[in-house]
Amino acid sequence: MMLSRVANSIYWMSRYLERAENVARFIDVNTHLMLDLGLSVEETQWYPLIATSGDDEDFNKRYATADEKSIVRFLTFDDKNPNSILSSIYRARENARTVREVIPVEVWEKINELYHLTQAHSRKRSVEALQAYYTEVRQSGTHFAGMMINAMSRGDGWHFARMGQLLERADKTARLLDVKYFLLLPRGEQVDSPYDNVQWGAVLKSVNALEMYRQEYHSINYRDVTQFLLFSRLFPRSVRFSLDYATVCMEAICEKKPQCTALNDMKALRARLMEADATALIASGLHEFIDEYQLGLNRLDQSVYETFFKD
Amino acid sequence: MSLESYKTEGFFDELFASDGVPHPAASGLVEQLDALSRADLKRRQKQAEDILYQSGNTFNVYGDKKGTEKILPFDIIPRLVSAADWDKLERGINQRIRALNLFIQDIYNDQKILKDKVIPAELIFSSACYLKPCEGLSPPKGVWTHISGTDFVRDGDGEFYVLEDNLRCPSGISYVLENRAVQKRILPKAFQTLKVRPVSNYGDHLYKTLKFIAPEGKDEPNIVVLTPGIYNSAYFEHAYLAQQMGVPLCQNSDLVVEDDTVYMRTTQGLKQVDVIYRRIDDEFIDPQVFRKDSLLGVPGIMNAYRKGKVALANAPGTGIADDKAVYAYVPKIVKYYLGEDAIAQNVPTYICEDDKDRDYVLANLDKLVVKAVNLSGGYGMLIGPKSTRAEQKEFAEKIRAKPRDYIAQPTLSLSRAPTLIGNGIEGRHVDFRPYSLFGEDVFTLPGGLTRVALKKGSLVVNSSQGGGSKDTWVLGEENYYGVAE
Repeated sequence: MMLSRVANSIYWMSRYLERAENVARFIDVNTHLMLDLGLSVEETQWYPLIATSGDDEDFNKRYATADEKSIVRFLTFDDKNPNSILSSIYRARENARTVREVIPVEVWEKINELYHLTQAHSRKRSVEALQAYYTEVRQSGTHFAGMMINAMSRGDGWHFARMGQLLERADKTARLLDVKYFLLLPRGEQVDSPYDNVQWGAVLKSVNALEMYRQEYHSINYRDVTQFLLFSRLFPRSVRFSLDYATVCMEAICEKKPQCTALNDMKALRARLMEADATALIASGLHEFIDEYQLGLNRLDQSVYETFFKD
Repeated sequence: MSLESYKTEGFFDELFASDGVPHPAASGLVEQLDALSRADLKRRQKQAEDILYQSGNTFNVYGDKKGTEKILPFDIIPRLVSAADWDKLERGINQRIRALNLFIQDIYNDQKILKDKVIPAELIFSSACYLKPCEGLSPPKGVWTHISGTDFVRDGDGEFYVLEDNLRCPSGISYVLENRAVQKRILPKAFQTLKVRPVSNYGDHLYKTLKFIAPEGKDEPNIVVLTPGIYNSAYFEHAYLAQQMGVPLCQNSDLVVEDDTVYMRTTQGLKQVDVIYRRIDDEFIDPQVFRKDSLLGVPGIMNAYRKGKVALANAPGTGIADDKAVYAYVPKIVKYYLGEDAIAQNVPTYICEDDKDRDYVLANLDKLVVKAVNLSGGYGMLIGPKSTRAEQKEFAEKIRAKPRDYIAQPTLSLSRAPTLIGNGIEGRHVDFRPYSLFGEDVFTLPGGLTRVALKKGSLVVNSSQGGGSKDTWVLGEENYYGVAE
């Protein structure tokens, strides 16, 4: 049992950190895609990142061109973009600040350190100059998760933190699959061409999934990558895995709570995912499915808010 | 080497009896410090600042959410308090707190001290800190001032004087604990050599104190810390104390009063709260009773308190005993309630409300320190010898307009302590605030906050005005039972 406000903060602390880490992963996957496509600097495409993030409207209002510099700024250091890395880390830190008494002190210090690191890098403008920083953001995510696993008692605080992380991840892994949807393919290659497979390799790599994927499917193709990232029962960044374990967390939280609407909503969303099938999805439009699924996640978030955090 | 050319310049110094000659209790520390080169000291100073910065106890410099953040300046040369000095301080503080506690109980109930004309009744009833809603109240176990911090300064004669009693929501204890944690890492050898008394068990003592005042029959009381919120300058401390005790840190929005019972909103519904260590001032705590415009308080909490359903620490109303005009009467208060002479000395104080005192103050504004009775943090203060004619004129007008609001004291020659400044070590003025807890007994933590005025010659130690802090090492007797931390 914990204060509702504290539960809310710990949930969002964890979500925002996962969000920051995922933006760094998105930029990384795009960088690799550009290299693998062999595009010249003029041909480089950064707009897919904005399109996938769902923040394209905001971006188009405030930026004239979608080049590397503007996109790096928007996604990394723009404090007016609520989903930029800087905004996410800032909010993770503000939330952590309000739950300092319930998290291990090292967790707070790590988030604080990441915030100061972000400030220190915020004058840089190119992906190349920021490579070390993006790596640091990803590693901090791992570091944070490790400290939570090793130092946090498995009470409500842990379950809310883990649930926040997993719901954010369920959302972002799905969006990652979508990056390639928006990518204009100038050389008109076909699905399953060698080029295509190299690109899907880059997507897998950006979520550290390449080795685990290979053990299961051995060679890379569109259908299997989609199958793996959406439906793997065992891979910890897949959408299904995230929902499975978010459900476990919520069940633990709901044990002593008479009314738990959000749990039913979560189970329903998971059931819808399980009904889908990768081959059929690809035929009927993966992008449309992901769009609809994300709406479901947004509704779930609202339901979590109403069940646990609202007064 | 590093202390070779250190000069006391005629001030009472916390480490040196005279140039080149340390106080007996300080010789071990001076020896250790002297063995370090200046470059080494600088490096350690930087390391300490990095640790504090990492810990995130920082404040925004420009008030901008993305602005530069800074720590409260920390000086790595500790301040020492000898075992003999501490013994007297401790006895003095404990006596003072017991007496002030009896005084508050009396003021809000029988008012014997006023009837016996030991203190003029107008002085009490004209105080902004006298709270009518507290009349007739007796807090659980008769304790009002559970948590307090007594400000001391040391004059040129080496005697400690009480400057202020902070009986409402004294802050700074987290710096004491954090400074110590850092200090142990920075000068471990010196720390080991001296027999420094421990402070890190403060959280345990605080928890016991709060548990002691829980309503009858609550064996496992639900204790919480109540903070005004994240934008309060002491928020770090509120979170820190909650963490040290392992109890929830609440904001007002987390609490609700129903049927004169206080509850907190949890993920499993409402849960009753038994004891609140509140870090919100009296006037803001309940908009139904005190300031109607308070957005920080909990409506109805005073009724729950009156009915004994919840205990508050400190009890509302304690401010009457740390009004700076009442301060002048503390030696009489000690005598009146305990029949003893005050062990801790007061600084002589002129009460501007008194005609004779006021004439003296107005004629000597260039020599005295004038203070507003109800302000802290170094605000509303005139330091006569350092003031301009215009400032003196301004204060003369203020005093004539509202004499009850001002007191004056002679300018003390505050003691100094060696402090790392630039590339050298120089003397800087310091004060001292030990912290006490009053539950079953009075306990004063053997340590405290030493604030240091980092500006050369400055007497103002407040952090808002260029002050920093030092760790304070209270030394044990040779055969002190405690093992150093």
